[in-house]
Amino acid sequence: MKWITRLITILLIVGLFWFNFPENVSVNLSIPTVKVDSLRPFKVSRSKWQIDKLNPPKINTTIGGKTITREFVTKLGLDLQGGSHFVFETDTTKIPSADVAEALAATRNIIERRVNLFGVSEPIVQTTKSGKIHRITVDLPGIRDPQSAVDLIGRTAQLSFKEEGPIDPNIPQSIATLSAIFKLTTPTGLTGKDVKKAQVVFNQQNGEPNVQLQFTPEGTKIFADITKRNLHKLVGIFLDNDVLTAPVVQSEILDGTAVISGSFTVDSAKQLAIAINSGALPVPIKLVEQRTIGATLGTYEVNKSIVAGVVGLSMVVLFMVMFYGRMGIVASLGLLLYGLITHALYRIVPVVLTLPGIAGFILSVGMAVDANILIFERIKDELRHDKPREVAIRIGFGRAMSAIKDANVTTLLVSFILFNPLNWEFLPQFGLVRGFALTLAIGVIVNLFTGIFVTRRILRFFYR
Amino acid sequence: MIHFSRYTKLYFMISFIVIGAGIFSIFKYGYNVSIDFSGGTLLQYRTAANAKVDANRLGALVTSFHSELVDHKQGTDGVLTLRLSKFTDAEEPNFRAKLQELIASPVTLSSLESVGPTIGADAIRKTLIAAACGVLVILSYIFYSFRKMSFAVAAVVALLHDIAVVLGVYSIISHFFGAPLDTLFVTALLTTMSFSVHDTIVIFDMIRGELRRGKGGSITDLADHAVTSTMVRSLNNSLTIIFMLFSLVLLGGTSIRYFAIALLIGTVTGVYSSPFIATPVMIWLERRNHKSA
Repeated sequence: MKWITRLITILLIVGLFWFNFPENVSVNLSIPTVKVDSLRPFKVSRSKWQIDKLNPPKINTTIGGKTITREFVTKLGLDLQGGSHFVFETDTTKIPSADVAEALAATRNIIERRVNLFGVSEPIVQTTKSGKIHRITVDLPGIRDPQSAVDLIGRTAQLSFKEEGPIDPNIPQSIATLSAIFKLTTPTGLTGKDVKKAQVVFNQQNGEPNVQLQFTPEGTKIFADITKRNLHKLVGIFLDNDVLTAPVVQSEILDGTAVISGSFTVDSAKQLAIAINSGALPVPIKLVEQRTIGATLGTYEVNKSIVAGVVGLSMVVLFMVMFYGRMGIVASLGLLLYGLITHALYRIVPVVLTLPGIAGFILSVGMAVDANILIFERIKDELRHDKPREVAIRIGFGRAMSAIKDANVTTLLVSFILFNPLNWEFLPQFGLVRGFALTLAIGVIVNLFTGIFVTRRILRFFYR
Repeated sequence: MIHFSRYTKLYFMISFIVIGAGIFSIFKYGYNVSIDFSGGTLLQYRTAANAKVDANRLGALVTSFHSELVDHKQGTDGVLTLRLSKFTDAEEPNFRAKLQELIASPVTLSSLESVGPTIGADAIRKTLIAAACGVLVILSYIFYSFRKMSFAVAAVVALLHDIAVVLGVYSIISHFFGAPLDTLFVTALLTTMSFSVHDTIVIFDMIRGELRRGKGGSITDLADHAVTSTMVRSLNNSLTIIFMLFSLVLLGGTSIRYFAIALLIGTVTGVYSSPFIATPVMIWLERRNHKSA
């Protein structure tokens, strides 16, 4: 049985190091080859080659038809890696109260689809509620052009097709006769809902970007009818009551595609395609908060703080070793292990690290150090009472654990409330407090684990 | 054994002075409230280190954008921070172009934050409710674990004491050094809360141990004994945390400097309050119970 325990321990340790592995490490393997050189006969030259970048583990498997891809890398929050954070306030006054939740969820999904198409990695879109006000928060890591993101998110994008009808009597006759577009007043019943897909295509004659619409089967039928009805007449494609294009129908179109041409740039064509694809927002939204943190500021600050953290930790280790001697070394080893396990868990959970999250981590390190100091002081107490070392360790440990348990359980309870796992409306629902609570809770759990299972073993090992 | 409980009046006096000064500062100076709570726009630009910004012309530029310049600061490393109210975020690129003309050096945007004032108030309200729930949970857990209400109440009194100290001292720092009252400070307060209880429990656990082993003597003697035997641990523990935070204050990035300072205050008061506030309060409650019983 003993070898099984050993095997598990070894596997755990290997796993621990693997999960903690730094990202994108290039490995240079060099093998000495002896070349005989007539001038310098004993020169040994090394041939170098580079292996792939080494990375922490990745999962890429298919279970039950679902593909699961997970990369176990450290994730940084907006305040550390830079990006944009938006809060939109929704206007639900015109929606029957029974449908509000559904409309909000739909809005959230559309916004998520839009930002996904915008090419942001791992956007976070959440709805929060406060009193009667519903808000939607959008986090876009790495986006440094907030304005175009806001434009894209907030687009109403109501696509409609209109055919010729009576001219609006409010428009002066003189203007109306100038442009045939004013005749396009009758809705055809074909809207953005009937579009299956919109994509950017390039005009084969002049190379200009166009937006091509692909209709659903239903839409294809309606569109065929419209083109038949309006042969050699104008049909207008409108976005939010602005005319995008109003071509003359040359022939009946049965294949269910239409092309919107206009003076597009590649970007504006792409944005229009995205907007049509994602459809209209069911709930009007208004921007109330916006934060953009430059990525450079983030890294600069993080690097400085990492240096500070390393200096601080080394001082802690130095102090522990000076004050507690051999036990201090044990504590430092325990602390190293503690850091490795915590970091691995951050990657596994995964935890998005933010400044408050780091505060939670520092606090939990403080508590871990405290646990060690507590254990040592109790062991010292027992030694002072002339107990044999083995017994002193056992009793001291047990007595320290009751304090460690109570202190950590209270902290765990508090972090549970702050994290608000059931997403109660009256408790914080925003990342800041939650990030703090999450790292604190993980730290405390690991602390209990290392306190109970690991430190004692290391202590025994050192005093055997 | 040191008779710590003989000097209870001294401890209360120290706390009274610190908290009193803090409360005075809160009412007299208030806080340097960040846009997290007040609302407004914060722009941070990176400019050439030797760029000169004329305050009057900057003010005029801001006014031309139908906005108001609340505050501006130029760091030695060329970081220009502007705090504006009523600024339209979409105008930022135009504003940057004009600013570039004004100071005749390249200007890059390193951060833009704009906040509607209602959000901050909302966040604060919810955090306060969470903190209150936290206090209730702490109260019930300590009561459950120690079977004595006096322990639970004393721990919460120490916790409130620590929050009062951090709030007050931070107001002084906020006034004299411009430390901002922002969401990070709220996190620091929550950290102080957790740490304070954690530290108190360690000492109370020692007293509980003495009580269980049925050692003779009054509760005062037991408490003094417990405080004496945990003193080394309290000092060592706070020293390690103080090392850590000091290096963050001195070497860390500017955005977390005041955050680390707030944590530092919280740590010091958290360690101080366990033997010098929580324990005397607990003794007082215990003795009152015995008298009335």
